[in-house]
Amino acid sequence: MPWISRSGLLRNWPSKSPTETSALARALAIALLQVGDGKGWVVSLNGPLGAGKTHFAKALAEGLGIDPARVSSPTFVIANEYEAAREFRLVHADWYRVESEDELMASGLHDWLAPGVGLVVEWGDRFPEALPEDRLEVELRPGEAIEDRQVCVTAAGPVSRAALERWSAACP
Amino acid sequence: MTGGLVLGVESSCDEMAAAVVRASAGKTEVLASVVEGQAQVHRPYGGVVPELASRDHLRSVSAVADAALRKAGIDVTDLAGVAVTAGPGLLGSLLVGLSFGKALAYRHGLPCVGVHHLAGHLAAAELCEPDLQVPYIGLVVSGGHTALYRVVAEGPPEILGETRDDAVGEAFDKVAKLLGLEYPGGPAVARVAENGNAAAIALPRPMLHDPNLDFSYSGLKTAVSLAVQEREPLSEAERSDLAASFEAAATDVLVAKARRAVAEQGASHLAVVGGVAANQRLRAVMGRAGDEDGFRVVFPSPELCTDNAAMIAAAGARLLAQGERHGLELSAFSRVPLSQRPWS
Repeated sequence: MPWISRSGLLRNWPSKSPTETSALARALAIALLQVGDGKGWVVSLNGPLGAGKTHFAKALAEGLGIDPARVSSPTFVIANEYEAAREFRLVHADWYRVESEDELMASGLHDWLAPGVGLVVEWGDRFPEALPEDRLEVELRPGEAIEDRQVCVTAAGPVSRAALERWSAACP
Repeated sequence: MTGGLVLGVESSCDEMAAAVVRASAGKTEVLASVVEGQAQVHRPYGGVVPELASRDHLRSVSAVADAALRKAGIDVTDLAGVAVTAGPGLLGSLLVGLSFGKALAYRHGLPCVGVHHLAGHLAAAELCEPDLQVPYIGLVVSGGHTALYRVVAEGPPEILGETRDDAVGEAFDKVAKLLGLEYPGGPAVARVAENGNAAAIALPRPMLHDPNLDFSYSGLKTAVSLAVQEREPLSEAERSDLAASFEAAATDVLVAKARRAVAEQGASHLAVVGGVAANQRLRAVMGRAGDEDGFRVVFPSPELCTDNAAMIAAAGARLLAQGERHGLELSAFSRVPLSQRPWS
């Protein structure tokens, strides 16, 4: 189960392969569907170039019922939007190329922090102040072996904490 | 409308562009094509900056459209229609061009059509090679897209394969950053690669031997990142060798899959379009593959490879000729396959 720190709930999972990481991401999607109830939520997805952020986002999208084959890297356009369900859409954003908060506003950030939107943002740690406090921080840390990752998660705020608790229960 | 002058407007990401084409039966001619290039604005940031992009778009949209009309030597009242990119792309950027196009059409009582950005890229090949025989294979390679299509005479192109993660142009940009080169990454990597040995560093060619026609570039990016870490700090020679080895790996997969698509579909022509189609190594290796296998390879001229509005006007002229009309309710879309028509 997650443990409690000053910054919120924490939980780490080791992953031995992209397949294991996908399973974790799909379980997160299901936890978010259960606690979200049409409300908005935010997942900030971090880790170095090549850590598997887009891979994680694809599996999360799949867990929301979106065809993962349609989901590819949003780096070039900054954000892709997908209809996930009636009145619920996934925004898959990428702040790799963004240089200021003003630019985030111009790219449509306000529209994405809203009810009915799940926002998954790669490189979200470049502008943590622009994100709401209630969010899940997911960091993919490369390990010793080439496919090893630590999936390190922090949850602050009620929606994210509830999601992490459910996610943890589903993936002991 | 069976022909006439069509204004095209394109603002899906980097570039604000406008162009005028004259369409007549079987032939489309570019009268003017203006691109407000923003690579200069973006270079200090190592990437496309959306605020700069959309703010620049807003500031430049009417000036760019005016410039295209002036260069073509026509007045807005001479137009037979307006074609505008409706997606895919960044919604904020798209809306600037789309709103302008719709408003201009409404003001002057002109028909207006929304164009899929990728249909525009494919139309660029047809502009350069009017004899392109359908069905042909279209390979779209750019910063945001990497996909193979079967293009037919009537109806939307059929997708044969696409990238499962990063686009090839994005891989060029990210590898440029890993190698400490400037933006845009494509020309920068190609320039440094000229002095390198493409066989120096073994890099993966992801999905090369998979039987499908899909692509994957994130693993290649990861491999370059590991190779850089192992060698840091990079000497000039190592940088050149890495750039050359990456360029070879990235383009080899494109050539192999395009070749396979042409053979499987029994096509006689292959069109390679999008910003990466300007890459000289890709042009050379693909051209040789066509000579060996007996198919014709068509590359648009470099100015029609990168984002431009002439291709949008050309694709739009055809839709208008087919009787398509989109009203003021036409809206921008972020991400829809080319096979779908989200606005109709």
